[in-house]
Amino acid sequence: MVEISNNKKLLRIALRNCGLLNPEDIFEYIALGGYESLGKAITQMTQDQVIDEIKKSGLRGRGGGGFPTGLKWELTKKQKSQEKFIICNADEGDPGAFMDRSILEGDPHSVLEAMAIGGYAIGARKGLIYIRAEYPLAIARLSTALQQAGENGLLGENIFGTDFSFDIYLKYGAGAFVCGEETALINSCEGKRGEPNYKPPYPVEEGYWGYPTCVNNVETFANIAPIITKGAQWFASLGTEKCKGTKVFALVGKIKNVGVIEVPMGTTLREIIYDIGGGIPGGRKFKAVQTGGPSGGVIGEANLDTPMDYDSLISIGSMMGSGGMIIMDETDNMVKIAKFYLEFTMDESCGRCTPCRIGTKRLYEILNKITSRKGTMADLDALKQLAYMVKDGSLCGLGQTAPNPVISTMKYFWDEYLAFIKDVDHPRGEGRYTAKNKIGIRS
Amino acid sequence: MAGTPEEHADKKNIGIKINHLDLTVPEGITILEAAHKAGVKIPTLCHLDLHDIKMVNKTASCRVCMVELVDSKNNRNKIVPACVTKVSEGMEILTSSLRAITTRRMSVELLLSNHPNECFTCPKNRECELQALAAELGIREIRWEGERMDYPKDLSSGAIVKDSNKCIYCRRCETMCNEVQTCGILSGIGRGFDAHVGPAFNIPMVESSCTYCGQCVQVCPTAALTEVNHTDKVWEALNDPDKHVIVQTAPAIRVTIGEMFNMEPGTIVTGKLVTALKRMGFNTVFDTDFGADLTIMEEAAELIYRLNNNKTLPMLTSCCPAWVKFIEHQFPELLDIPSTCKSPHIMFGTIIKTYYAEKNGIDPDNIVIVSVMPCIAKKAETKRPELTKDEHNNVDIVVTTRELGLMIKEAGLDFESLPDSEYDKPLGETTGASVIFGTTGGVIEAAIRTAYEWITGGELKKVEFEQLRGAAGLRKATVQVGDKTLRIGIASGLGNARTLLEEIRDGKAEYEAIEIMACPGGCIAGGGQPYHHGNFEIVKKRQEAIYQEDRNKKIRKSHENSEILKLYKEYIGEPFNDTAHRLLHTHYEERERI
Ligand SMILES: Cc1cc2nc3c(=O)[nH]c(=O)nc-3n(C[C@H](O)[C@H](O)[C@H](O)COP(=O)(O)O)c2cc1C
Ligand code: SF4
Ligand code: SF4
Ligand code: FES
Repeated sequence: MVEISNNKKLLRIALRNCGLLNPEDIFEYIALGGYESLGKAITQMTQDQVIDEIKKSGLRGRGGGGFPTGLKWELTKKQKSQEKFIICNADEGDPGAFMDRSILEGDPHSVLEAMAIGGYAIGARKGLIYIRAEYPLAIARLSTALQQAGENGLLGENIFGTDFSFDIYLKYGAGAFVCGEETALINSCEGKRGEPNYKPPYPVEEGYWGYPTCVNNVETFANIAPIITKGAQWFASLGTEKCKGTKVFALVGKIKNVGVIEVPMGTTLREIIYDIGGGIPGGRKFKAVQTGGPSGGVIGEANLDTPMDYDSLISIGSMMGSGGMIIMDETDNMVKIAKFYLEFTMDESCGRCTPCRIGTKRLYEILNKITSRKGTMADLDALKQLAYMVKDGSLCGLGQTAPNPVISTMKYFWDEYLAFIKDVDHPRGEGRYTAKNKIGIRS
Repeated sequence: MAGTPEEHADKKNIGIKINHLDLTVPEGITILEAAHKAGVKIPTLCHLDLHDIKMVNKTASCRVCMVELVDSKNNRNKIVPACVTKVSEGMEILTSSLRAITTRRMSVELLLSNHPNECFTCPKNRECELQALAAELGIREIRWEGERMDYPKDLSSGAIVKDSNKCIYCRRCETMCNEVQTCGILSGIGRGFDAHVGPAFNIPMVESSCTYCGQCVQVCPTAALTEVNHTDKVWEALNDPDKHVIVQTAPAIRVTIGEMFNMEPGTIVTGKLVTALKRMGFNTVFDTDFGADLTIMEEAAELIYRLNNNKTLPMLTSCCPAWVKFIEHQFPELLDIPSTCKSPHIMFGTIIKTYYAEKNGIDPDNIVIVSVMPCIAKKAETKRPELTKDEHNNVDIVVTTRELGLMIKEAGLDFESLPDSEYDKPLGETTGASVIFGTTGGVIEAAIRTAYEWITGGELKKVEFEQLRGAAGLRKATVQVGDKTLRIGIASGLGNARTLLEEIRDGKAEYEAIEIMACPGGCIAGGGQPYHHGNFEIVKKRQEAIYQEDRNKKIRKSHENSEILKLYKEYIGEPFNDTAHRLLHTHYEERERI
């Protein structure tokens, strides 16, 4: 795995050990302070104290939604139930994303330790890691790590001599993107068809086999141990007002330094692309960056100074997602980019709900028509209307975000759409489309 | 629609707003239910509430019932499905905002853009919920066209047609098949645009363990699941001068077929039905009730034989071919408990092709027997090898209530104004016992009426066994017959049947006799009955009508049917003897579970 280092804008928390230790040797992890947090949590802290510490740290879920992790733990703990589960979401299905894989391959114990801490906090005895079968190295390293942790009494019965017992099991996914959605993931873990359910009930209320279940992302977990050892204060001092700590990104596409980076929340896109990524190769001009994978949107030159955090990205029509970052240069055609992402979501749709099952197909078909230069202004109308409606109407996050690449490219690169259209009735750049139907039109 | 009042009794009330109107509603109900209370109709498609049989389809997949939730705090209104979203204190709902209407319309237009749109020639023309929705929402244009599904029709079963190109992926069939019937045949297959419903690995229906109960057909909103249409075969036979075409109608037809002509559910139309059939040109019109009385003679005799000779108990009634196929696939280890009796229409078919043919000097090869059944499984039943060989080639064609309804329309008969007439004789006498075959609990009640008198030798004064009646899917009761206490189990719906059979298999409960009907509610709710479109009140009215028809009968015990007695005297001899076995009994075989 490529890692970009030696840059003072970088700050490694989740990736703290990656590349520094032998991930197949638990003692190296322990030598670097590993499992101290678990020891501290279960011998010196109550469940509520652990939850409180995570809450105060301001850590938000790194799986894309940005839900406050401490709050999720608290909600799961509050549920009255004989049994509870904690699940690590290692499905990582976005094209161009490999942050979680880096962590799992480079520092598997950081995830196991955090899952045990989380299990203790919420009152779960069992944890599951849902990992895609296409990650054989990560699976091998996790298996080794699990075995070593078990042998050393760091997982299993009566950990650290306390009455807390905790075990972790691996579940393999077939690599469906939608199985990263937490309810689909749980269905898949149960051996059911990997498709999302309507929420509520949320997994924290009714999850794995109906029991309260806390689902967290790999990177989220990788932040836990440092928070417990160094304290919430320290973590909360990093990042922005609403987004604490760091974020791992995978830089790919038209960028000089391709690889995994970790930067404090609030770092701007410009800093990431130019100061860390080294800018665009071949002397070409930057055009746009796609964050949030197929669920996100494109961000153009005008918004490059936006600080990277959940809310700012949403406000400019994209999203953080899990941290994939694809950089495009002047040779990339944005309509084709939108089509590429739509093809991905169309293929990955589980098909359950109408807007996503048929809507993404129709969006793709219109885009195809446009890029084949057969499109009309009316097609642009239909595309835009449908994009908004699929967002509104879909059942899960996949469909609700699938139109983002279309909507954002239409917003920022309208010209490129017009360039394909045969009956353009507006001069270039005048930018607004006309619509013959009133219903369904939003600006 | 909304749950029963008792369900909401202990819930506290909360205040919400629907379309700016203040409302107080019980906590925990859905927006759809709340809107219903407020007199606001929200269109739905995938949603189906059959709580009477414990089925509510909550897939929330069609996205037709979308409404807007006001979130003024964050200035970010949300679009949510009304069918599964529960109301909460202070919720503000807009059901006809531009955004809500737009989303709703998009869902329907998208479904139509992937639909054959061949309504003219579709078997569900004017019964299709998608078609009705398009009309209701005023769809005038399909804005997004493109590729459509293109799957071959599956007619392999000879009973159910699966036409996936019409599947809107509501998954009602899957919920029915998995949760109510516990057969697990139909489920979502394929992903994305290719997603549709079918047996695992999309094998042909005939290779699956499908029982052909047809409950999936009963709930499918479109024509993705229908019955194989056999009406043309009937028309051909009726127009063949060499054929003597005999029709028999099942007990449950007379209380349902009126619905095909917009008559009130539960209207008893026996006389009109017979007239219609005669006018259509059937040579003879018989009542399967006669076969039911015959079944009781054999079943009651078999029960007494098993009781007196320490043979396998309980004895299970075997009138329902869907349930027979179910036990063959799912409980092969229990194949010695069903009664060996053929189903009533098959028994009757055999008697017609033997006794009746001989008596009337008709070559059985020239007789065509048409059974009008509430049931799709009976189409497959008649093709079972053991029921089609030599003299046992019992019944030639099965049409459902719905198919007959269409034929009557095709024949141009104004059903509602037809005069009454009577079933043909001989073999035309029937009893109240046989009528109640149409409802859950009816077969066993009829059998007990006869077994009681045969065992005790005394007269049964009160023929109604209230303890055997009821709407619950799984019922247990005891009946005192002389010095014997008979423990009786009754299940309707295959999930309930499974529960009952598991108890028996695991030795957790003991019974002397058991009745199982595959369709929840019995034949009155059969897969071939007029579509109830999710309104189970209709089924309840049909049941009341069945019991009314029983009360209307002069003779209410099968063994008092004089034609039956004559048949035994002239042709069979004693019930359950060798001749009876040859003609009226059958056997079962173990089948794979797929
Ligand atoms: C289509 C879709 C795909 C997703 N894929 C992933 C994934 O690969 N990994 C992940 O951690 N979360 C993924 N999520 C988010 C999860 O549903 C869930 O929010 C997350 O695992 C919660 O963990 P967090 O709170 O730690 O972020 C996905 C969501 C959607 C809608
Ligand atoms: S939005 Fe797409 S992926 Fe999500 S439930 Fe609907 S069809 Fe499945
Ligand atoms: S076959 Fe019918 S009931 Fe089943 S999912 Fe398709 S449309 Fe719905
Ligand atoms: S009726 Fe509510 S989503 Fe289908």
